[in-house]
Amino acid sequence: MTQLVDVEGLVRSLPDPELPFLTLDDLGIVRGYVADGRSVRVQLTPTYSGCPALDTIREDVEALLRAHGYDEVQVETVLSPAWTTDWMSEKGKAALAEHGVAPPGPVFVPLSGPLTCPRCGSRDTEELSRFGATACKALHRCRSCREPFEHFKAH
Amino acid sequence: MTPLELGDDCLVLGQRLAEWASRAPTLEEDVALLNISLDLLGVARTLYAGIGDEDELAYTRLEPDFRNCLLVELPNGDFGQTMCRQLLFSAWQVLAWESLLFSPDLLLSGVAARALKEARYHLDHASSWVVRLGDGTEESHLRVQAGLEEVWPYSYELFEQDPALEAPWRATVLPVLARATLEQPAPTWRPTGGRHGHHTEHLGYLLAEMQSLHRAHPGASW
Repeated sequence: MTQLVDVEGLVRSLPDPELPFLTLDDLGIVRGYVADGRSVRVQLTPTYSGCPALDTIREDVEALLRAHGYDEVQVETVLSPAWTTDWMSEKGKAALAEHGVAPPGPVFVPLSGPLTCPRCGSRDTEELSRFGATACKALHRCRSCREPFEHFKAH
Repeated sequence: MTPLELGDDCLVLGQRLAEWASRAPTLEEDVALLNISLDLLGVARTLYAGIGDEDELAYTRLEPDFRNCLLVELPNGDFGQTMCRQLLFSAWQVLAWESLLFSPDLLLSGVAARALKEARYHLDHASSWVVRLGDGTEESHLRVQAGLEEVWPYSYELFEQDPALEAPWRATVLPVLARATLEQPAPTWRPTGGRHGHHTEHLGYLLAEMQSLHRAHPGASW
């Protein structure tokens, strides 16, 4: 059966509701899809267990694909293997830095020293809090430019 | 360990931690405790959705139907006591998720892989606070020791299903207590019963608050 539209491309280009400069492709949460006529099932891997963005993403995917002619849209969550920040795209990590959020490093090479300030590039930074405004971030501060900044935690 | 037991632990502790909203000692801790609460709620939801209807399981069961351990339903006490409970519970939860990583039950192994990273983070957070408060001022030391005495007796129940977790749990918790200059309590009683639906009086009040909206307006949503 011929396919209506490029489902995967559309879904991958949707913005994340909390970090809208990242797409779902940048986050690395799109696993795949199964389309059959006018019904489609999209598979996503959730990031953090309680991330409220997932409900919004689900609604966004449904609205998007309905607007592209699918009558029945299902969003399935795939738990295994578990999501990791290693699945984020390089473009996504660069976008984080551009927006003042320190991007995650590789998960299995944990940082031993301080983070690099995404604003001024100084390494003279310190952690303020291990938790931040969203489940995926922690709060840091730069002693050189005196600005606080967020870190997208390696997870 | 069943999905229901693990899910009930997460839901009840998530609800307890949410009581800290706007009441934590600093804004950062308010955010931290609520983030931990949200992680736990997310795990509970995934487990409930895997075995039945989320809303029915969370909002329509009564105390005897809940299978959480007693530790998570205890009142928060002061911040030090809450951190002691976080230490004891997160240390156990890390080991529990590790033991389930290769479970043949795909719901459990899937949840475990994700929740393990979160539980490790919660454990780091609690450990650093217990050390900071225990090895802090005279006042903070006294209060966190008192909080530890309060929650410690409830730790024994954690090992009823998988006694093999007790030795590694002690190897995690005792060094933290030592760094915090806290004494390991030596209680004369070991309360139990949560896994069989026999709860403390505290659970009923927690459920009453959590379930009141759904009971008054079944199916209400935001």
